[in-house]
Amino acid sequence: MLEELEQIRAEALAKLAEANDAKALEAWRVAYLGRKSPLKQVFTQMGKLPPEERPLVGKRTNEIRREFEAAYEERAAAIRQAELRRALAEERLDVTLPGRKPAPGRLHPVTQTIRRISEIFAEMGFQVLRSREVETDEYNFQLLNIPPHHPAREMQDTFYVKTQTEDDTYPVVLRTHTSPGQIHAMRMMSGYTGEGPLPENPPPLRVILPGMVYRYEQITARSEIQFTQVEGLAVGHNITFSDLKGTLADFARRMFGPEARVRFRASHFPFTEPSAEVDVECFLCGGKGCNVCKHTGWLEILGAGMVHPVVLRNGGYDPEKYSGFAFGMGPERITMLRHYIEDIRYFWSGDLRFLEQF
Amino acid sequence: MLIPLSWLKEFVEIDIPVEELARKLTLAGLEVEAIRYVGLPMPKEGKHDFKISGLEWPADKFVVGAIYEVKPHPNADRLVLCRLDDGEQEHIVLTGAPSLLPLKGKKLEKPLKVAYAREGARLYDGHNPGWKLITLKRTKIRGVVSYSMVCSEKELAISEEMDDIIYLPDDAPVGMPLAEYMGDAVLDIAITPNMARNANVLGVARETAALLGKPLHKPSLEVLAEGKPIQGRAAVKITNPELNPRFMLGLICNVEIKPSPFWVQWRLKMAGMRPINNIVDATNYVMLETGEPLHAFDYDVLVKRAGGKPPTIITRTAHKGEKLTTLDGVERTLDEFTVLVCDTVGPLSIAGVMGGEESEVTDQTRNVLLEAASWNFINIRRTAQKQKLSSEAAYRFSRGVHPALAEVGLRRVLELMRQWSGGTVAKGFIDEYPLPPKDPTVVITPEDVRRWLGISLTPHEIADLLTPLEFECKIVDDTVYAKTPPHRLDIGEGVIGKADLMEEIARMYGYDRIPETRIADELPPQRPNPDLEREEHMRDILTTLGLQEIITYRLTSPEREARLVPDYAKEPYVELVNPIAPDRRAMRRHLLPGLLEVAERNARFRNRQALFDLGPVFHPREGELLPDEPRRLAILLTGDRQLPHWESGEPPKMDFYDLKGVIEALIEALHLGEAEFEPAEHPALHPGKSAQVSVEGIPLGVFGELHPEAQQRYEIEGAPVLVAELDADAIIDLIPDGYALKPISPFPPVVEDLAVVVDEAVPAAQVEAVIRKAGGKRLVDVQLFDVYRGPQIGEGKKSLAYHLTYQDMEKTLTDKDAAKIRKRIIKALQRELKAQLRG
Ligand SMILES: [Zn+2]
Repeated sequence: MLEELEQIRAEALAKLAEANDAKALEAWRVAYLGRKSPLKQVFTQMGKLPPEERPLVGKRTNEIRREFEAAYEERAAAIRQAELRRALAEERLDVTLPGRKPAPGRLHPVTQTIRRISEIFAEMGFQVLRSREVETDEYNFQLLNIPPHHPAREMQDTFYVKTQTEDDTYPVVLRTHTSPGQIHAMRMMSGYTGEGPLPENPPPLRVILPGMVYRYEQITARSEIQFTQVEGLAVGHNITFSDLKGTLADFARRMFGPEARVRFRASHFPFTEPSAEVDVECFLCGGKGCNVCKHTGWLEILGAGMVHPVVLRNGGYDPEKYSGFAFGMGPERITMLRHYIEDIRYFWSGDLRFLEQF
Repeated sequence: MLIPLSWLKEFVEIDIPVEELARKLTLAGLEVEAIRYVGLPMPKEGKHDFKISGLEWPADKFVVGAIYEVKPHPNADRLVLCRLDDGEQEHIVLTGAPSLLPLKGKKLEKPLKVAYAREGARLYDGHNPGWKLITLKRTKIRGVVSYSMVCSEKELAISEEMDDIIYLPDDAPVGMPLAEYMGDAVLDIAITPNMARNANVLGVARETAALLGKPLHKPSLEVLAEGKPIQGRAAVKITNPELNPRFMLGLICNVEIKPSPFWVQWRLKMAGMRPINNIVDATNYVMLETGEPLHAFDYDVLVKRAGGKPPTIITRTAHKGEKLTTLDGVERTLDEFTVLVCDTVGPLSIAGVMGGEESEVTDQTRNVLLEAASWNFINIRRTAQKQKLSSEAAYRFSRGVHPALAEVGLRRVLELMRQWSGGTVAKGFIDEYPLPPKDPTVVITPEDVRRWLGISLTPHEIADLLTPLEFECKIVDDTVYAKTPPHRLDIGEGVIGKADLMEEIARMYGYDRIPETRIADELPPQRPNPDLEREEHMRDILTTLGLQEIITYRLTSPEREARLVPDYAKEPYVELVNPIAPDRRAMRRHLLPGLLEVAERNARFRNRQALFDLGPVFHPREGELLPDEPRRLAILLTGDRQLPHWESGEPPKMDFYDLKGVIEALIEALHLGEAEFEPAEHPALHPGKSAQVSVEGIPLGVFGELHPEAQQRYEIEGAPVLVAELDADAIIDLIPDGYALKPISPFPPVVEDLAVVVDEAVPAAQVEAVIRKAGGKRLVDVQLFDVYRGPQIGEGKKSLAYHLTYQDMEKTLTDKDAAKIRKRIIKALQRELKAQLRG
């Protein structure tokens, strides 16, 4: 009887190994673990055995049944795995087909650049302040040490606004720079109205003045009638030209890379004295010379200087006690340099083929 | 300003390469914009700081040559053969120079000195227009061998002159390399307004000397005056010293008018001026050298006008309607502010700007009266602008010329004129000088320098930086007293003068040597900046909603904006006096017209657009000088709802509800509060598909689908265009400082559906409002998920189906609780809206 059991075992395990799909496996289960399985028959025939053999055969039969159950589970798992693999293989996608993109929104590149500049200066204690775009001649020129008919007015071709005045003067202009914001900022902090004695102890101030400015120019690849500027102003008891150099050097390293160097050249702006043009070492060629920097290794990026005493006074700060620096730069120019853009007219065109690349 | 190196070297020793000099000048504020090489070696390819042009004349290729004989060409009438000595051997040089043709076969009195280019020389093509470099090669022209050339100015890149060859002075040494003989480099320097004093060779030489630490050799001001004194032969009367602080006259008699010496002509050409004759050239030469513009009158014309008596020069402003014909032949009507140089008969010239035709120097002039004056620069500027007149004199006088330079210029011009014309200079000058400038003395201490520049200098170091610029410095204790030299008008008094001198100290010390420091000063008080932060926050939200930010031109025209709404043309605009074009003559009043123009251009290649523009519009205010600049937000959607994809086939187009969804999401994200929408009318919008949105009763603006007639005026086809123009200031004002979150219940919600049928006229918002009110606080969410119209529910009706969510903060709701709420809702709907429960 035991021999017969061993034979059943061998035959069943061999057949199980041959079962390759769920159907064959189920047939095997019915055959060897079902009600009519050979093991069940051994049990039913147990009564015919001599009593001393019965425990032995019973034990062995149970052992084999457990072995069958285990083998069955194992085989079933293997077949499920294989079938899943087969099914998944049939679901294979062409992963090179394009994905379903969401439609993202973007900030205008100039907004992005102005934000970047503002963030860098914010960390140095400069707060953003904005002021109006249609300005008085007084704020745009006179309070900035540019009296009527001053030669410096030639440096800025101005759009004049139609106003009802009797003489042939035009007291309202589209601001030619963000510098009127210097007077607005200083007067806001000092409380000075332009008349009477200068305030006693106005607080120090550091502001960033971004905004749109206007110049009478022809619209070409290099010049625009409207463009943005970011201006900075710091006023305090102890602000020096060397602070100006250090501040702009720090800015350049953050904006253009840790190796960026700045170079100051003497220049002239009516509202600063001394004045400087500030070049940043060309970040496209590392200063070796390329087409963009016209082989000079330098890019003209900023204008800067110490705030002119007349401007300080017009803002309500006594130039005998206070000093300050100011600087300005063009976000479009910086954006153009960084992205190899050769035509400034793209910025206000609204051309999505341009804007969607940022 | 063109400054020839050779001229500069007359006043200061320069022992560094020209590029190095240009670099130093540029850093010190005399920006060299370009260098033109006239024969001198040019820098090689690669990195160079300046724009360069010109031609190098290698010593072995370009030399001084001497023509001994001009022979006819055997086969060509318009060509000649020159027997030329180049210092090494004789050559036969073939040329078509017109000035040599008449000399064919004639005996030359003396050899003709010319610029000779040997075989292999590279030079510019002088026979064709344009600038093309060619190399001289051996060739045959009409049967005669040719391999070299006598050169024109164009061939040597001196000027565009190519009609004739250059003749050199008789004493030019034959065989000397041409570059050594006359090679030069010309610096093109941009003069900023504060550097007006340096718009001349002497000024640049002074800066150069100071920067290089070399002495400045000024020209001699000696005049050999051997004629009868000028006193009694002319007089001057100044009527307004503010406008004319100084007026000088000098006289030179019996001049011979002829071409200037070669070198004078050469220098004028290098400096960009055309040589005329020795008299005119002398005034121009001295102006370029010293910065003092001079004017030469024909003395005999003035005497004649004075009826044979000595003329009296009067300076005064013009009478109303007064006229003068200027040197350029234009009769000009003068303004009452214009200053004139007159005699007793009438105006002779526009002071400091341009001379008159009648009294100008001609080839017949024998006696020359010279004017050296100084004028109020603002007045000269106004005059030049008003008359649209530019001249070298006006350029200088309108930037300010120190009155002391009148004497410098007058002495110099009389002496040079004497040398070049053989005339006799009358002794003395007429000099009216009613208003000398202040030439302020500025007080500087080392503490000032530290406070402004952040560097420590001793009083002696300060003085050493200023003295080379001709400031007279006195040191008393710790203080430097610097007296402004009598050639500059740009130094102010008091603290302004201090600032002016700080620039001079910084320039001479070297901007590059000033250290980089971090601000040590106290950090300013920080102020809250919610307005700006909220605007930027709004931009961020709009981009997360899938909108592209657009910035458009603020300059437009009423007609452009009237494309959207014809009546816009009648509104008041901020208009420009001097627009660049009629369609850019006004500041925008509205945002949408500009955004629609953008969409129109993009529509040519883009089906789907989702755009916003956030910025100011400009509204003139009655009785106010300045306009209002309110901020607006414009949104535009058109085209496919999704980006194109290979799977989706024809995607649905965006419609009213896409735009409404964006606005709802914006209001939610900004926590503005409950938004209300109601049908609106707007001339640009579809009457059935437009709405006004408001929050807390404050209208934020109108939005909807573009009216088909309005859309027709723009080239955008194939899909509805959804637009909004909202009041960004109102939105920003509504953004709360903070907001409380709704509590989240830990107990499970009960969700059930409710479908009701109402009259078509009942707005969905009203249905929802009734549901919410009746549902009470346990009704936490109402979601409309279906709107159905059809025969099953009858004409004029619609069915609205909602997911309702009930939840309690304290307990799990039972079925009984839910049924109670539902019943309340149904009752309210039936009572208030005559709604019927569906299905
Ligand atoms: Zn570069």
